Amino acid sequence: MQYNSTELMTVVASRILKNSDVCFVGIGLPSAACNLARLTHAPDITLIYESGTIQTKPDVLPLSIGDGELCETALTTVSVPEMFSYWLQGGRITVGFLGGAQIDKFGNINTTVVGDYHKPKVRLPGGGGAPEIAAFCHTIYVIMKQSPRAFVEKVDFITSFGHGDGPGQRKAMGLNTSGPSKIITDLCIMETEEATGEFIVTSIHPGVARETIQENTGWKIRFAEEVAITDVPELEELEALRLLNEKTKMAHQG
Amino acid sequence: MKRCFLIIDMQAKIQTLQEAIATHLFDGATVAMEGFTHLIPFAAGHEIIRQGFKNLELVRMTPDMIYDQLIGAGCVRKLRFSWGGNPGVGSLYRLREAIEKGYPQPLEVDEHSHAAMAAAYAAGASGMPCAIFKGYYGADLEKVNPSIKTLACPFTGERLVAVPAIRPDVTIIHAQKASKKGDVSLEGIVGVQKEAVLAAKAAIVTVEEIVDELQPSSPNAVILPSWTVSAVVHVPGGAKPSYAHGYYSRDNKAYMDWEAISKDRERFNEWLQELKSTDYAV
Repeated sequence: MQYNSTELMTVVASRILKNSDVCFVGIGLPSAACNLARLTHAPDITLIYESGTIQTKPDVLPLSIGDGELCETALTTVSVPEMFSYWLQGGRITVGFLGGAQIDKFGNINTTVVGDYHKPKVRLPGGGGAPEIAAFCHTIYVIMKQSPRAFVEKVDFITSFGHGDGPGQRKAMGLNTSGPSKIITDLCIMETEEATGEFIVTSIHPGVARETIQENTGWKIRFAEEVAITDVPELEELEALRLLNEKTKMAHQG
Repeated sequence: MKRCFLIIDMQAKIQTLQEAIATHLFDGATVAMEGFTHLIPFAAGHEIIRQGFKNLELVRMTPDMIYDQLIGAGCVRKLRFSWGGNPGVGSLYRLREAIEKGYPQPLEVDEHSHAAMAAAYAAGASGMPCAIFKGYYGADLEKVNPSIKTLACPFTGERLVAVPAIRPDVTIIHAQKASKKGDVSLEGIVGVQKEAVLAAKAAIVTVEEIVDELQPSSPNAVILPSWTVSAVVHVPGGAKPSYAHGYYSRDNKAYMDWEAISKDRERFNEWLQELKSTDYAV
């Protein structure tokens, strides 16, 4: 069955989620991946959106982080201060998803500005929940399309901290969480190399050449000793994802 | 006699939108209009634009379409915020143009994370001068915003962060219901509205419905007693195109359509002229 790169990324991201995970879900691809996991292999996964909705089971994907659908299908809805203090800062969340305009080889992410902060070339939305999601979720998965403009040697601004410029920095700051551990792109899967804190390629999507990955990465990318070939999406996964997207599109067009 | 006073007090509280905005807003005021995607007080924001207030210092976690409109209309000097996008759609172009090009006037930003803003509202409501929490680990925002400071926990030495409490001159929210006496109830995604109202010197609440008696669905419903609120205004539909749980859903299409209006100065100005030429109709 044919699939596009967005579908592939979403399916790959959904597969790494476990039934026992408690996910802090962001809008867009993370939301699609988390709900796909819930509709396929992880029916009891706990999804939490920063608007305060806990254990939510939306029938269509929300356009915003606080669509009514999230509250109506949640076990409970708490206030935003409670969400960030008790649930996130309190260490209750196992997985956080992040994306951004730029990421570097240590998983530091920029969603704030391109150029100088005080005189930005492009003003991006900013951090929102990301700085503390990156700190307090037990682990972080990143979903981003790969391009040399997005995968850069050094981000213009660290909105959310990955591994700084090497291993051990998180621990030195008093953080016991792993930080970004996987990046899922439209070309490959990267994982943190423990010894260096750097992201290296551990799985290549079917039909993608190593050169293509390097061309779309702004740093000298390294490959793991054993690189896997990513399993293609299965029929069942693609059907569930397409149905979800179709229902969502109909709902948003009003 | 006593009864009579009570009635007078009631009447003072329930105002029209024009009266409430004219009574409590002033040029240069610090104003928080909250509602986390849900219950955003759009009608009140539009009335601020119509009355032409200037140099406001706006506070809001997610500026959203409502502050894009106020910024584009030239009402705003400063913005304290934590995420400035059009949710699920993209940029807020009036906000971006103010920051990137100083149009229609330069916009001073006081930028934080959601966790910091939420803690700062709670601190404001608690009468604290600042909020203390754990956050901003390795984040550059701490380097560019002088109102983010670190301190050591006096007991453990752990690194903590402090940001100034939010104490608005006026907080404006939209809620589902108020009683004739002025008690307010809201439900669904309740965001930071309770904190924002209790942190403010004055609070205006627009509501979908005014009822004889509030009948909260649970003793733990979010209730703001009348004596915490300065003005209650009956504004059905006052949160559109955001939504009011139990009344109407989010007009996601309007948010998608805003992209094209916000992106183009001329189209935005047409939108603005249209807004100024129409009164809010109940």
